[in-house]
Amino acid sequence: MKLNNNSIFSKILYFFKRRIVLFLIASIIVMLIIMLLHTFDILNSYIIQIINVSLVYVILAVSLNLINGFTGQFSIGHMGFAAVGAYTSATITTLLLKITPTSLPNYIIFILALLAGGCLAGLTGFIIGFPSLRLKGDYLAIMTLGFGEIIRTIFNNINFVGGPRGLLGIPKFSTFPIIFITSILTIIIIRNLVFSTHGRALLSIRENEVASELVGVDTTKYKILAFVIGAFFAGIGGGLLAHLIQIAHPTQFGFMYSILVLIMVYAGGMGSISGSVIAAFVLTFLSEGLRVALASLSDLLKFPVGDQWRMVIYSLLLIFIMLFRTEGLMGMKELKFLIPEEEDIHGKCS
Amino acid sequence: MGSVLKIDKLTHYFGGLRAVYDFNLDLPPHALWGLIGPNGAGKTTIFNLVTGMYNPTEGSINFLGHDIKGKKPYQIVHMGIARTFQNLRIFDSLSVLDNIRIARHYTTQSSKHTHTRDENYTKQFSRTSLFDSLFRTSRYNIVEEQIKEEAYELLKIFKLENCMYDTAKNLPYGMLRKLEIARALATHPSLLLLDEPAAGMNPAEVGNLMELIHFIRDEFNLTILLIEHHMKVVMGICEYIKVIDFGETIAEGKPKEVANNPKVIEAYLGKGE
Repeated sequence: MKLNNNSIFSKILYFFKRRIVLFLIASIIVMLIIMLLHTFDILNSYIIQIINVSLVYVILAVSLNLINGFTGQFSIGHMGFAAVGAYTSATITTLLLKITPTSLPNYIIFILALLAGGCLAGLTGFIIGFPSLRLKGDYLAIMTLGFGEIIRTIFNNINFVGGPRGLLGIPKFSTFPIIFITSILTIIIIRNLVFSTHGRALLSIRENEVASELVGVDTTKYKILAFVIGAFFAGIGGGLLAHLIQIAHPTQFGFMYSILVLIMVYAGGMGSISGSVIAAFVLTFLSEGLRVALASLSDLLKFPVGDQWRMVIYSLLLIFIMLFRTEGLMGMKELKFLIPEEEDIHGKCS
Repeated sequence: MGSVLKIDKLTHYFGGLRAVYDFNLDLPPHALWGLIGPNGAGKTTIFNLVTGMYNPTEGSINFLGHDIKGKKPYQIVHMGIARTFQNLRIFDSLSVLDNIRIARHYTTQSSKHTHTRDENYTKQFSRTSLFDSLFRTSRYNIVEEQIKEEAYELLKIFKLENCMYDTAKNLPYGMLRKLEIARALATHPSLLLLDEPAAGMNPAEVGNLMELIHFIRDEFNLTILLIEHHMKVVMGICEYIKVIDFGETIAEGKPKEVANNPKVIEAYLGKGE
């Protein structure tokens, strides 16, 4: 190996042996398989829709994990940022398509609209983060909760974007490949950040804010940084959601949905990207799966088991996760493919 | 060259409680001074005032001729003052290596507060931006390697290099003490404040620590001010000692002079009937 270290062949080999490249290749293969199964109708549109929603929640949960799990700032208004992204991108796409038939292909408009939504959400994150990140713990939680509701109420009262009726007639641009690729990119970028010198500054704030400040980390700046990046991806996630279900409605971005994302972060493990990904899938599929399971149960028992029991079972399962795995499914651990090789060394000092 | 740290008439109140009163200090370069006093005398408060954790009620603090009063803690670190804590403040669930690397982070960023440093200081570090971190550019790899190499060299001095991949909270107490000093050194300070470095150490470890403090002062060309209760350490390594009680300086001088000072004996042991 060492001898022909400089040959092009070994360089290429090294490139393809890197975990992140393997991860990318694997995820593209998974994407192609799912698309193939869909074209042969083995996976019906209902399942694809659930996968799409799960992937959007992956984006939301991973970005919230950056704020809550990695930086240790307890934020519970994440859907507020998603609302900004959703309304911004949806307004852009609906207006552009209505008014001017542009020569640009639709997906380029869509990507630009998504980015615009993300940037505006990031800006909102900055505006909200600047005053509120002086607060800690519960106080910060109340503040972010309040801001999340303010954003929702603002959209509820702007007639231009539909007010309480919601923004209707959004084109269905969020296809499975687009959502899939976006969520993979989100995972990779957040992973890059977390395993970098900037990411370690964020981690140090979670670990001990005083010590962090006294080794030269500008804690206020880095807290805002985490907030802005988290909000940016939440905005992208919101935009994808709006173009998936083709409506942007204030109730979609209510407090309960922020809590749902928060639950995914906690159930998956604070400070674990892979945990958030797994939890987003498990909880979305669980919630839908229970619907099917309850229906077949009432068929089996010849006794009506109402849909209201779905949430009871769902909540009970969550309680059990929290009782028996307090630190979440993954704890602070990460699946191997998300850890850069050079960071994945565990010492045993004697 | 003038003094490294010059404190003038420093006074600090917590509400009605006078924690520090009229404290003066003129710390020459390359000195190793001690700050002693009974519990609650205000020693740690002085450290907290110097490092910007509290804003002093009155008085001035000058570091290498620059006023640092009212500066934020991280800015003071950028200027070149590092400290350790009486009760450890380690980043528990991160690895030993990460603990050091975090302290080295700010040197990879541009800072307005390094004007106290000499010219070569800023040249020795490669810079990296958030963009490099997010998208793993080649510059990112260069900087990360540089940081890691330097962290390894530093840990080697403290004989912690075998533990660098261990989670910090799994280390024994004595090693954590050393880790905290190493972390402070990773910020490239010119003044090091040690808050009870020997607390909780056994006699053998205390002996090693004394040698270590001497060694790092010469190796890193540091000025050191330390708080210590362990008299063997204070009398053994400090060149000059200030004794404070109830926030006021009651004695100062060479270790031997201080040890025989009746006021000091009274503060520590009480007055005979």
